[in-house]
Amino acid sequence: MHEIDPAFTALPLRVLADAALSRARELGASHADFRLERIRSQSLRLKDGALETSLETDDIGLSVRVVKDGTWGFASGIDLTPEAAAGLAGQAVAVARVAGAINREPVELAPEPAHGEQTWVSSYEIDPFAIPSAEKVELLGEWSRRLLAAGVDHVDASLLQVKENKFFASLEGTVTTQQRVRVHPQLTAVRVAQGAFDTMRTLAPPAGRGWEYLTGTGWDFDAELAEIPSLLAEKLAAPSVEAGSYDVVVDPSNLWLTIHESIGHATELDRALGYEAAYAGTSFATPDKLGRLQYGSPVLNVTGDRTAEHGLATIGFDDEGVATQEWDIVTGGLFTGYQTDRRIAHLTGRERSNGCAFADSPASTPIQRMANVSIRPAPGGPSTEELISRVENGVYIVGDKSWSIDMQRHNFQFTGQRFFRIRGGRLDGQLRDVAYQATTTDFWNSMEAVGGPQTYVLGGAFNCGKGQPGQVAPVSHGCPSALFRGVNILNALKEAGK
Amino acid sequence: MRPQEAVERALDLSTTSDCMVIAEESSSANLRWAGNTLTTNGVGRSRRLTVIAVQDGSVGVVSRAGAGADELPDLVKAAEEQARGAEPAEDAAPLPAGAVAGDWDAEPAVTDISVFSSFAPALGEQFAAAQAAGSRLYGFAEHQLTSAYLGSSTGLRLRHDQPTGRLELNAKNDDSSAWTGAGTRDFTDLDVPGLGAELERRLGWGRRRLDLPAGRYETLLPPSAVSDLMIYLYWTAGARDAHEGRTVFSSHPVGSRLSPLPLRLYSDPHAPGMECAPFVLAHASGRDTSVFDNGLALGATDWISGGEVAALTQTRHSAGLTGRPVTPAVDNLIMEGAPGGATLEEMVARTERGLLLTCLWYIREVDPQSLLLTGLTRDGVYLVENGEITGEVNNFRFNESPVDLLSRVTETGRTERTLPREWSDYFTRAAMPALRVPDYNMSTVSRAS
Repeated sequence: MHEIDPAFTALPLRVLADAALSRARELGASHADFRLERIRSQSLRLKDGALETSLETDDIGLSVRVVKDGTWGFASGIDLTPEAAAGLAGQAVAVARVAGAINREPVELAPEPAHGEQTWVSSYEIDPFAIPSAEKVELLGEWSRRLLAAGVDHVDASLLQVKENKFFASLEGTVTTQQRVRVHPQLTAVRVAQGAFDTMRTLAPPAGRGWEYLTGTGWDFDAELAEIPSLLAEKLAAPSVEAGSYDVVVDPSNLWLTIHESIGHATELDRALGYEAAYAGTSFATPDKLGRLQYGSPVLNVTGDRTAEHGLATIGFDDEGVATQEWDIVTGGLFTGYQTDRRIAHLTGRERSNGCAFADSPASTPIQRMANVSIRPAPGGPSTEELISRVENGVYIVGDKSWSIDMQRHNFQFTGQRFFRIRGGRLDGQLRDVAYQATTTDFWNSMEAVGGPQTYVLGGAFNCGKGQPGQVAPVSHGCPSALFRGVNILNALKEAGK
Repeated sequence: MRPQEAVERALDLSTTSDCMVIAEESSSANLRWAGNTLTTNGVGRSRRLTVIAVQDGSVGVVSRAGAGADELPDLVKAAEEQARGAEPAEDAAPLPAGAVAGDWDAEPAVTDISVFSSFAPALGEQFAAAQAAGSRLYGFAEHQLTSAYLGSSTGLRLRHDQPTGRLELNAKNDDSSAWTGAGTRDFTDLDVPGLGAELERRLGWGRRRLDLPAGRYETLLPPSAVSDLMIYLYWTAGARDAHEGRTVFSSHPVGSRLSPLPLRLYSDPHAPGMECAPFVLAHASGRDTSVFDNGLALGATDWISGGEVAALTQTRHSAGLTGRPVTPAVDNLIMEGAPGGATLEEMVARTERGLLLTCLWYIREVDPQSLLLTGLTRDGVYLVENGEITGEVNNFRFNESPVDLLSRVTETGRTERTLPREWSDYFTRAAMPALRVPDYNMSTVSRAS
């Protein structure tokens, strides 16, 4: 395990926390927590092998959250002095007083044991911020030139890297110092031909890994780049899909996003209770359906966790000092669990939060955010090829692209990077203009089979949005390939009236 | 350290051939509520310094929040190291010179929780009224103020204060959900009781419920829905991508007719109530931005004029590639139809049978070639029959291209200030008319209510 960045631990973390928490206690807060965070990020973007964007950001800040007379109060700032930290505590209490006049629901938190002093670092080998930018640009440029040399017209390459340090302390006696690293390399090839154009993006998911991810650990970029030019050329010349009902085999590179939207968000308990009703929306999976709703077919088993190695939502302790866990969300197709934070857990009579509080910056208040929500593979289950062999007339869907789902997580529509026609159990060339549309429970109940562990991939995103003010959170979703029967396939050209 | 001082000291420390420094001081306050009670809230202050070092056309950008005086040498050095290690930038150009803002020395503008001093009690009254009426209020109010200071080694000293406020108000009862929203600069111009009354009126329309199947319907798109579609069109209108054959504007270049109606879509940094930065302020170069353009004056720009594409967003670099004028993006968007446009109520009154939408949600691009977008209707789809609203119908998933849609619009209403429901996290300054579309594609039915 790496050490926590010494530049972070050299900050007066405990002094500032003591100043803030002491002040909050003096002012009568029944709960107070303090966070100091440093988030380093670097964004590199290349166009056709030439550097277009290079932006390095380094954000340090601190915040105090209190419960005063049953109302939240939150204040954030940037000055790292004890006086400023104590001042934030005062501001947070003042905000709680203003807000208390229109608060009708006293805030109480589910209990969590005091964990004392804890340190946690994510699993990675090489800190990406230790690599010179020129070396990163050179690798992305070399990858781009490979694609250009193979006949694509344009290549957009990008690399996002984040190093996140979080220090947390609460009146309850938990003090955590944590560090996470994540990277997201991505290349998109473009072909333009006779007034038409199409794109194909790498399938490599973002990962809770370091620079090693780009040099052969966890993903084979050489293999992926080698196949893109010919696949893109075939895609551009492919026939347009005929809309209708098809059996589909969905690759993990596409299915992770469907899980995210139709299971991950739908099983956030704050949503189900209406706390996101005006923005992200609510959920059809309301508490009365817990233990009753047949969410999917019996082969569907879904877990939530913040513990999976290299998972983007993985961490030791959440932003309310809760030790992270793994739990069931769907068991044999039956809806069995929610994601919670401490307030929501208490509101619904749960003994403990399952650790889903997260704030995306020191200036953001922690809200309930998504865990790594993943589908278990079938032990000894089939390969992707075996799943395809079971389909007489269908489509194999690979890679994510467009996504949209309604505000109760019923009706969704997705596209992808690559669509292959399946005839008689074999792939038979690509298709264009494909989108698949379904209602969540219809879709998951049409799942006939899941692949074995050999098909399992941990997908995910850096930028899941939720909350007001808006926050983004990184999250992973692992899944095997899966076979669905009778899915509605749309033709995008027809939808556009062409 | 004052932001002006940070700019000057960073420029003094610069050893590269050119340098730009952006100092920003931001403050914010927000309230959020659900089920007639407050849920979360907060105030915040932040300070950010961005150093853009340029060495013989190569660029390095490093941006730090909370950077103090003792960190300036390290910050400048880090940006310069990036610049010296980089290849020359494609968009490299001489930096604009000279302009000094008259208010350069002014202190940063600040907001805090007191911005809600009259709004919060009014909101509390709406909670009570909703409770009495058997409905529940949800929503969000946010006010942000950012003061930006741009200085360059060529003598630029420009400053801009940007207030951004928004209110979203959502009312629900057991049968229906209704929404309204507003953009504001300071929360003093909001008619909270009026917004509450409008929501109750809309919940009343939901007393009669009907189910309609998917299909193409004559549809009245209110200004919020129009703004969300037009903002996406605007974001897609980059000249460089179009020049390379990669967007819908590759097949609809400048001069193409998009609509038979005399539509005008434009931006103006001085539009009353929607004022935004009157100069380019780019932290990094990208597809449609160039740090080398920082400080260029922005003016009113027509994107669509008389129904035809008039301009695409251009940096100086892309303007050189395309041979068109330099027309950088501006942070507001306004659409106007023919003079004398009707109110939404008048448009309803002259509708024989159609749908009136409230807003759109979860808009995503399905096909970049046609700019086909998908998304949902949300918080009230109302059936109009013989000039009157006769009930509320189910929600739909739509598949529509804003480009194609403009060719089918048969009526434009009166332009009014509106809040984009989908994109208000990123874009709040919009004024749009309602549009009548005779055949809006409601592709599938959504069970969401």
